[in-house]
Amino acid sequence: MLRPVSTFLHGRNAFYVSLLLLPPLLWLGTIYLGSLFALLAQSFYAIDEFTARIVPELTLATYRQLVTHPANVDIVLRTLLMAVAVTVACGIVAFPVANYMARHAGPKLKAFFYVGVMLPMWTSYLVKVYAWRLILAKQGVVAWGFDTVGATPLLDRALETPVIGGPSLASSYIGMFIVFVYMWLPFMILPLAAALERVPGSLLQASSDLGAKPGQTFRNVVLPLALPGLAAGSVFTFSLTLGDYIIPSVVGAPGYFIGMMVYQQQGTAGNMPLAAAFSVVPIVLIALYLSLARRLGAFDAL
Amino acid sequence: MTAAIELREASRAFGAVVALDRVSLSIAPGEFFALLGPSGSGKTTCLRLIAGFDHPDQGRILLEGEDVTDVPPYDRNVNTVFQDYALFPHMSVAENVAYGPRVRRVAAAERRRRAQEMLELVRLGEFADRRPTQLSGGQKQRVALARALINQPKVLLLDEPLGALDLKLREEMQAELKGLQQRLGITFVFVTHDQGEALSMADRVAVFSRGRVEQLDTPRGLYTRPRTAFVASFVGSANVVAGELAERLTGRRTPFAIRPELIDIRPADTSLPDGMFGADGTLEDVLYHGSTSRCHVRLDAGPVLAVARSESAGATPLPLRGTRIRLAWRPGDTVALEAD
Repeated sequence: MLRPVSTFLHGRNAFYVSLLLLPPLLWLGTIYLGSLFALLAQSFYAIDEFTARIVPELTLATYRQLVTHPANVDIVLRTLLMAVAVTVACGIVAFPVANYMARHAGPKLKAFFYVGVMLPMWTSYLVKVYAWRLILAKQGVVAWGFDTVGATPLLDRALETPVIGGPSLASSYIGMFIVFVYMWLPFMILPLAAALERVPGSLLQASSDLGAKPGQTFRNVVLPLALPGLAAGSVFTFSLTLGDYIIPSVVGAPGYFIGMMVYQQQGTAGNMPLAAAFSVVPIVLIALYLSLARRLGAFDAL
Repeated sequence: MTAAIELREASRAFGAVVALDRVSLSIAPGEFFALLGPSGSGKTTCLRLIAGFDHPDQGRILLEGEDVTDVPPYDRNVNTVFQDYALFPHMSVAENVAYGPRVRRVAAAERRRRAQEMLELVRLGEFADRRPTQLSGGQKQRVALARALINQPKVLLLDEPLGALDLKLREEMQAELKGLQQRLGITFVFVTHDQGEALSMADRVAVFSRGRVEQLDTPRGLYTRPRTAFVASFVGSANVVAGELAERLTGRRTPFAIRPELIDIRPADTSLPDGMFGADGTLEDVLYHGSTSRCHVRLDAGPVLAVARSESAGATPLPLRGTRIRLAWRPGDTVALEAD
């Protein structure tokens, strides 16, 4: 019954391909890009200060407010620093794990590792965040662990550090950082392991054969070839941290983050233009990050 | 004279599979040495032990009389040309070649000069700034060669260096490798499963089978005086006759080898000259190879023998398939083999 259809489509390649691509393109084009554009447009709208109504007049006032208001600048810088710190830490923690998965683990162990890395992602995000708040609490298991080995002074010293410290891990930036790193680590490990797996073992042997010590092989061969994976993973960890609003509101010090600001401005505050302007910030930062990564040659080995 | 490379009773097993079984070898300085064998015979394991990528379970590896069994690859004065060339994709051709001096902290200008020199040596001077992906298989092979030679190693190891090249290029590279080796005077050790390649290039060949060296000899020695049935059939594609048939033909039960080109095909009812061996059979198959034809003849006694016949001008046409024929050879042309 479908034969006439397939006969008709056979040889009409362009038509066939466009038939397949049209629905997803429509979805991506209208729903995704369309709403993104609407968001961008709204960030240029004015807001009536008395009635709090949005006036569709184009103005740069919102952006001026964003970059001149010290509190807003603080929020952007705070979020950016956290995103950078989380990305760097994820890269450092993920590398040995990914390298082991890609190069050393046998097939069974490798499957175990992949499941182990992805398993936490099957659990509700909220459950994990609240679990971490308990783990990091003053009477939580981490504090208990430090106490058991007699390292409580060490923990206290860390918590006394200005800015990143606090009364407990759960209410300090250190704690927030730990939760962020835990949460986004799989997004770094997976692309990194995929990139490392594509590096033929003979390249490492060749490097060693030509006289490179293990550290030199790592710097000259492994790292440059893993850069695309590292870049892909860091885009995830960086952008996820920039946009998240739940972790900063559940764990950590009371300072605002971009995501919380977007949530609050479009909700309770009802300042849609400012919320839109805040959500443009991560887009700009990621665009800058990607162009920097490209300039540094992160995608040369692709 | 101290051997360039020496293996003493080297063994290596992977789980239950014994890849190398108490192999002892001694390779002289300046020698072109081939490790020949089918896949899984232990030849590549042997090469990896010499390069230092793998560690023997037992036995020692010596380079110029010095025990290097526990020395990592980066501290051995040995370089390798890999089967897949293993060129670094993120570096240019010149950077690839200059990698050895670079990790040994040679100044940039000096290593650039030496890399260019090596590239000239393999006739790739103009390709210095290309990426490896922009090169053909033969060019990649030559870059790998230049990169391995720049450290001026005492020994160059080549792992199936010509395996990925097409026939014409392979013949060119054979001549080029041989010429290079003679010019540089470096010891070359190369792994191959191609007996033609081993015979035409090497000074001496070690034939591997099931983790052991079956025979170590010059190419001519291997071809004309194979010691075992495996060497006779793998290296010379010789016919191996054993058991009862051997006893009927020679009066002794020891197996012997007879090469296809040393057997005559005669009509079935001809009487043989004095002293010649003969066996009757049926012509089963003829494969035409251009300069020669290869016939498979099933003897009445059971086994199939291969017979090669020159197809030079004036050769009489071969009998048809299924014809009864008589095979004949001189006893002196057979080689007695060690019983398994």
